[in-house]
Amino acid sequence: MTTTYAVLSEGLEKRFGEVHALRGLDLAVPEGTVCGLLGPNGAGKTTAVRLLTTLLRPDAGSARIAGHDLVREAAAVRRVIGVTGQYATVDGDLTGRQNLRLFARLHRVRGPAERADELLDRFGLTEAADRPASTWSGGMRRRLDLAASLIRRPDVLFLDEPTTGLDPAGRGAIWDAVRELKQDGTTVLLTTQYLEEADQLADDIALVDRGRVAQTGSPRHLKALIGSYAEVVVADAGLLARAAGVLDRLTGGEPTFDHARRAVGAVSRDTTLTLPRLVRELDAAGVPLLDARIEPPTLDEVFLRLTDDKEIAA
Amino acid sequence: MSTLAYDGSAMLGRQLLRIRNNPALVILTQTMPITMLLFFGYVFGSALAMPGAEYRSFLVPGLLVATAANGIMTGMFQAAQDVHRGVTDRLRTLPVSRAAVPLGQAVADLVATAAGTVPFLLVGLAVGWRVEGSAFAAIGAVALLLLFRFACTWVGIHLGLLSRSEEAAGQLGSATFMLPLLSNAYIPTDNLPGWLRTLAEWNPISAVTTALRDLFGNAPVPEGAAWPVAHPVAGSLAWCAVLLAVFAPLAVRAYAHPRA
Repeated sequence: MTTTYAVLSEGLEKRFGEVHALRGLDLAVPEGTVCGLLGPNGAGKTTAVRLLTTLLRPDAGSARIAGHDLVREAAAVRRVIGVTGQYATVDGDLTGRQNLRLFARLHRVRGPAERADELLDRFGLTEAADRPASTWSGGMRRRLDLAASLIRRPDVLFLDEPTTGLDPAGRGAIWDAVRELKQDGTTVLLTTQYLEEADQLADDIALVDRGRVAQTGSPRHLKALIGSYAEVVVADAGLLARAAGVLDRLTGGEPTFDHARRAVGAVSRDTTLTLPRLVRELDAAGVPLLDARIEPPTLDEVFLRLTDDKEIAA
Repeated sequence: MSTLAYDGSAMLGRQLLRIRNNPALVILTQTMPITMLLFFGYVFGSALAMPGAEYRSFLVPGLLVATAANGIMTGMFQAAQDVHRGVTDRLRTLPVSRAAVPLGQAVADLVATAAGTVPFLLVGLAVGWRVEGSAFAAIGAVALLLLFRFACTWVGIHLGLLSRSEEAAGQLGSATFMLPLLSNAYIPTDNLPGWLRTLAEWNPISAVTTALRDLFGNAPVPEGAAWPVAHPVAGSLAWCAVLLAVFAPLAVRAYAHPRA
């Protein structure tokens, strides 16, 4: 079975004067999946979305969105995408309802008024619908933005930092909407600075660093790349060295000590290492434990390791 | 073409909704020229050699054209606001004709300007201004005024699309208030020193103002003026054609292909 890609880009490059914002971006997002572009400010995430949504023309490279060439078939691309971002938003001087009707009309939707009402209802915005959008709360504005992107049920939805600046409730509402869209088969490409967000929503994560994709994979795969972290706390400080020996043998990682806590830990390249085995082995070596834990790395750690430590990323 | 008409009318509808949602702003912009007519007409009018009533007749066409030139400012404000608040980018990602968005803005502005001209002319009538020529010529004068407004709006839209921020657009836009000062909109240019007179008479505002004064029958075409003022109707049409030919394509291009 061949995979159909909703977003497929090769070697996308973009310069702004001296700034080389994208230096060959390769992306492959299978249809119906959620892909998270994760990276710090200035990594090129927003530029990538602006290129992929036809807002900017690439200096080099090519891309296809739902099969349409980004540059030569830009009009066709615009018919199948939805975009919500910090920069692509609704008109604050119009009411929520007026905004959605306008965008429905521009999308050539039959019955723009009915479609607007449907979306207002779906996102819980009916009550505020007739007030100017500029008077709405941040969370409501963002939901309206999202609704405006869904007027024509896009094949590919681009969300540029969809929850930046929102409170937890607002963030949760956007997350729920993204999960629903995925269930309906919409392909979603989202950028975020929040590792938790990518972890929660994305099937695949592309780590973007200095204009390139440094690493791709599922959240689980990326975590496995740098291994989990095993740590034990011993009852007797004199046994720390013996515990370190066991950890060294089991994990293959360099043990690091925290003498104040009588703890020793190591990064495990062996992702099959389980907590019961760790405890059994230390028991067998005669090291009584106060505590033991094996933690998968957070995406923060993954990110720092994979973008800064080229040895691991390679 | 039907795509452009459809999208353009949707965008026109949007602009008219904005006016309906925020009528205070429109009323404020429309009362500005009326206030200026009363101030200039009675304050300056009493200090000039020209009799007051005659000056007010002279001033009405001048203020109409000076207000039309504000199309640069309003076009710029509106375009800059849309760009920097993210509305333009959303529209750019929609399957909408590339010319429709700026065109919708320019046509909506024209509708608002036409509506605003009515109360201004009523106040003009109240302070002594009259159509002293044929009705046909007067209709021509209004048409020319609107054409000039339309051309100025495209200049503004282009500048607004290129603006770095809303504030920058606001400052540059306010500076366009200066433009009518170096024209014959408020004062006759006959007595200006030679080079300044030439400069003022090559200001498009001067040509259009002279054309309106001529068509309304308020004041004759001045002697020995530069070509656009000496042939005011042809001069005005030429200015509008040049402004539109240069700035409408530039504005559509700036809309279709943002730099960042």
